[in-house]
Amino acid sequence: MITVGIDVGSITTKAVLMNGSAWQSTLRPTGYSPRQAGREVLDELLDKAGLAQADIDYIIATGYGRITLDFADKAMTEITCHARGAHHLAPGADLVIDIGGQDSKVIFTDGYGNVTDFSMNDKCAAGTGRFLQVMAAAMGVDVSELAELARGMEPVQISSMCTVFAESEVISLLAEGVERGRIIAGIHRSVANRVVAMAERIGKGELIAFTGGVAKNEGVKEYLAKALGREIVVSPESQLAGAFGAAIIAREKLLKAR
Amino acid sequence: MRPESMNIFDDLRGQNMVVLENAKQSGRKVVGMYCAYCPQELVLAAGAIPVSLCGTKDEPIADAEKVLPRNICPLIKSSFGFAITGKCPYFYFSDFVIGETTCDGKKKMFELLGQHKPMHVMHLPQGADRPGALPWWKEELSLLKERLEETLGVTISDDSLREAIKLSNSEQLAIKELHDLNKFDPAPLSGLDLLTATFMKGFNVNKLEGIALVNKLIGEVKEVIEQGGSPFQPDTPRILLTGCPVGIGSEKLIRLLEENGGSVVCFESCSGYKTLDMLVDEDERRDPLEAIAERSLKIPCSCMTPNEGRLDLLGRMIGEYRVDGVVDLTWQACHTYNVEAELVRGYVKDNFDIPCLHLETDYSSSDLQQLKTRVTAFIELLDKRWT
Ligand code: SF4
Ligand code: SF4
Repeated sequence: MITVGIDVGSITTKAVLMNGSAWQSTLRPTGYSPRQAGREVLDELLDKAGLAQADIDYIIATGYGRITLDFADKAMTEITCHARGAHHLAPGADLVIDIGGQDSKVIFTDGYGNVTDFSMNDKCAAGTGRFLQVMAAAMGVDVSELAELARGMEPVQISSMCTVFAESEVISLLAEGVERGRIIAGIHRSVANRVVAMAERIGKGELIAFTGGVAKNEGVKEYLAKALGREIVVSPESQLAGAFGAAIIAREKLLKAR
Repeated sequence: MRPESMNIFDDLRGQNMVVLENAKQSGRKVVGMYCAYCPQELVLAAGAIPVSLCGTKDEPIADAEKVLPRNICPLIKSSFGFAITGKCPYFYFSDFVIGETTCDGKKKMFELLGQHKPMHVMHLPQGADRPGALPWWKEELSLLKERLEETLGVTISDDSLREAIKLSNSEQLAIKELHDLNKFDPAPLSGLDLLTATFMKGFNVNKLEGIALVNKLIGEVKEVIEQGGSPFQPDTPRILLTGCPVGIGSEKLIRLLEENGGSVVCFESCSGYKTLDMLVDEDERRDPLEAIAERSLKIPCSCMTPNEGRLDLLGRMIGEYRVDGVVDLTWQACHTYNVEAELVRGYVKDNFDIPCLHLETDYSSSDLQQLKTRVTAFIELLDKRWT
């Protein structure tokens, strides 16, 4: 049984092909056409696996661009897919924190990958990957360097949650001569605190899985763990959580139909 | 199979406008109201036509924001915008407007609105459970009665009040019967149709005609049930909508829920059970004003403190309608419902163990995408047919 999950995020499109317990993955920038990015990751996967599209039994699309993929058999939200995918990557996780390009989510599950409750940030970009991107740009560094630059630094207080205001706050802190690493640490802490506030509204969680692009940032992870007082699991494949979830749900769907 | 009468309801707001204009020309008076606490019985007993002025459309909000602060609830802004732009014929035709001190935003908005129409603001007690509440509210009703008599040049007799109570009650019973039909599974009426049919109450010039129309719809819905029809698939997740008032124009959440695989079977809000669930006592020996006062103080609105009645009502509805999930809507900057959301969430979780989704939004379509993701994820979580 061969299934595919495609997660079309606002910045990156990820895909996973599952064939029994074997799996393959690919990813690429979403660019301006989510539809094309979805098509391309599928073709790439088929190429890698030496398969034709007809060999695929079921495709589930997820992520913000999910509805544009007309070749998919079904579209499901990233909330459902991330929960299932995170459980696959960190078995038993009952709290999934997913910080993506445009939004951040906290998802509570039953410990078997089924959503029981969730919360998502509202319209603005506060606490998302985009927030980190804007702050990095304001400091003239790349997002991927943030964690390194802030290592071991005492965080400075960043009081604004709004991306626009926080940007000017960062610029004035730089002008005051505050060390860049301290500002970055402050930003990491503020992103983490925002998500923690969202999580604590709903519950506690025992085992936390951190997914999405921002999970790669060690600094945010550390502050999250500190504030929540629990271990946080970031799997090397955490960026693929949504795509994994979609492929797994597709497989379960077929098994159920048998 | 959509009941045929729904086509009539779809056009009713527009059609009634013409009827209203004619009625005005023949000398009838029109009284505008904003809230469920406003006793339409008094307006009816004064021989006037009660109309609902509660703003449910996004369109006039930009105009309202020229005067009002931006961070107040869209319902207040929409109501005010309609009033100052003259775009709402119902406000335009109103001879007299009744407000009430429910939430702070509304009561202060009425002070500005008073510059545009003759108006009277009723002062509500904050908590219906206080011994002074009923006499106070009854006193407020007599004050309103005086104001109505004075402004409209009529006298409101106890007999006309009793008659108006009966008329109002029968209207309410008819609408409640319609709502109750959605206890069938799958629901015979979509949430959007249920809302559309209920909403006409506020624009209906002739109450008896309105009741007859609802009864006709009830007959058709019963047929739908007999034939086993429904706009939904079997097993479509059944959702209860609670929170801030929703009307035609501000129904975006109902649409999203139903377009993405849910069935909004009932409303615990002012467009639904919150006001349908209790009648005014028709006992002839009673003081009709007191009977009216007693009934409206039972309305479980978040402006009251405490507001335990809302939780009791929610609990009853969750059971009676056998819902799979609860969606709690807060209009942006509505503090009372927003804070109360925490109580609702805890109550639903602890007592029924079904999912509850709280959403905060306004009348605009700027957040449709984000809302859609939340709503769809919520339905995926309720859906028994999938995963
Ligand atoms: S929610 Fe409360 S204030 Fe608003 S219309 Fe209903 S009863 Fe009135
Ligand atoms: S929705 Fe809330 S803030 Fe708006 S008028 Fe009603 S009670 Fe007031």
